[in-house]
Amino acid sequence: MSVTPFRLPVIAKLRREAIEALIAKGLRVDGKRDPATPRSVTVELGVIERAEGSALVKLGNTQVMAGVKMDVGAPFRDTPDQGVLTVHAEFVPLASPLFEPGPPDENAIELARVVDRSLREVGAVDLGELVIRSGEKVWVVWVDLYILDHGGNLFDASMLAAMAALLNARIPYYEEIETGEVVVDRSKPPLGALPIRRRVVTVTVAKIGRHLAVDPDFEEESVADVRLVVALDDGGRIVGLQKSGEGAITREEARRAIALARQAAPVYFKALEEAATSSKADGS
Amino acid sequence: MKAAHGRLISEEGLRHDGRRPDEHRPVKMEVGVLSNADGSAMVEFGRTKVLAAVYGPREPPQRFMLLPDRAILRVRYHMAPFSTSDRKSPAPSRREVELSKVIREALEPVVISELYPRTAIDVFVEVLQADGGTRTAGVTAASLALADAGIPMRALVAGVAVGKVDGVLVLDVDEVEDSAGEADLPVAGAPDLGLITLLQLNGVLSEEEFEQALDMAWRAIEDLVRQEKEVLRRKYQGVSRA
Repeated sequence: MSVTPFRLPVIAKLRREAIEALIAKGLRVDGKRDPATPRSVTVELGVIERAEGSALVKLGNTQVMAGVKMDVGAPFRDTPDQGVLTVHAEFVPLASPLFEPGPPDENAIELARVVDRSLREVGAVDLGELVIRSGEKVWVVWVDLYILDHGGNLFDASMLAAMAALLNARIPYYEEIETGEVVVDRSKPPLGALPIRRRVVTVTVAKIGRHLAVDPDFEEESVADVRLVVALDDGGRIVGLQKSGEGAITREEARRAIALARQAAPVYFKALEEAATSSKADGS
Repeated sequence: MKAAHGRLISEEGLRHDGRRPDEHRPVKMEVGVLSNADGSAMVEFGRTKVLAAVYGPREPPQRFMLLPDRAILRVRYHMAPFSTSDRKSPAPSRREVELSKVIREALEPVVISELYPRTAIDVFVEVLQADGGTRTAGVTAASLALADAGIPMRALVAGVAVGKVDGVLVLDVDEVEDSAGEADLPVAGAPDLGLITLLQLNGVLSEEEFEQALDMAWRAIEDLVRQEKEVLRRKYQGVSRA
């Protein structure tokens, strides 16, 4: 059952008015950007050696780590010639006073499903290349999102972390033994990169009062009526949308939000590209 | 199962069930279908059948949930085990958790919750038969059930999903079109307020297609809300004559 949030951060009314007044003037509460510009973003790859792929994304004060692990498993019955991609998100209690230990709540589930759909709908990972034996053995790719510090806008940071960790992932070495079993051997060098066909980012646009702004920080998010998460691929297509939050938007605001998202998306694509290039230079 | 379906748009531009691209399936709406609930409604979009019930404003079982300045909304979207072709486990799936959230958030903007502080308004949506469009039929049924329960609302809401099959935008996708289609855009809104209250996109659309799809959805939502008003008016006219 989904319940109206009853444990919310307390934001003074004056602060709320200040945030809104700033955005009306084309400024932000952190003082360094306009409504179409995300906070500073860094993407670091290969932060967890045990994982097949990993990334740490810092977006302002928000930190999200993503780890990719791969197992050999059975394909879904209706897609015998495709590997399996699964995204999960953990709102780790150390990340925010608002997070409690326990199974994923509706916010964690929504986040994981939005990231999952955005990757899936464009075929970001070519799952057809992840078949070991048709109908029997395929690679199961787990993307686990770990929210480490909640400074607002978990959607964009998590999408970036997932995409970056997938770009960083290497398929482990495996052998088919006589019984037909497939044995993974991580002591041997990995086989190669995952087949990534498209890059996807999300840009979250918050509606604060009557104004729109991308990449809300924690305070902005707390006073926002509603957010529209816009997923865009590297071909400029809209590959997903999710309205999230108690409020509503007009059709005109939906169109303007998509235009703002398009304006901001290159910042995220650039951060991904820089991470991918620098990790190639390191030979990792 | 994408490869299993052939062309979904015929030479004449008609859909697999004979509909035009902008044609809704037959819609049925009925209110007051349950005796215990404070308000209830059944909505059918073709073979999709959804039942909604509203209880409240009432005291919730857990008082720590209460808010001092408004009622909380508690919404559950749930599919009956027999509603799908393979039996659906009655345990809530991740999909149902997400849809409960987006349906709640589609209703929050229209319920005047500040009139009932320290109470809960419960909305239960049960999908009895699923053939595509269950969340949008669910929002439509919930809107009717809330009105039927006499909960003060700023406006009525309704929902519809626009899909893209064989490159053509189609209104009110059914399950065949949804599973084979290239995009699914569920939209719900309150036309009387000019507000979109639910918006999701699963799939790929150009900006131009998005605008066309949103316009197509909006016209259908306006029509659905007209039908909601008609159904409610009929019921209350019946009451005044009795």
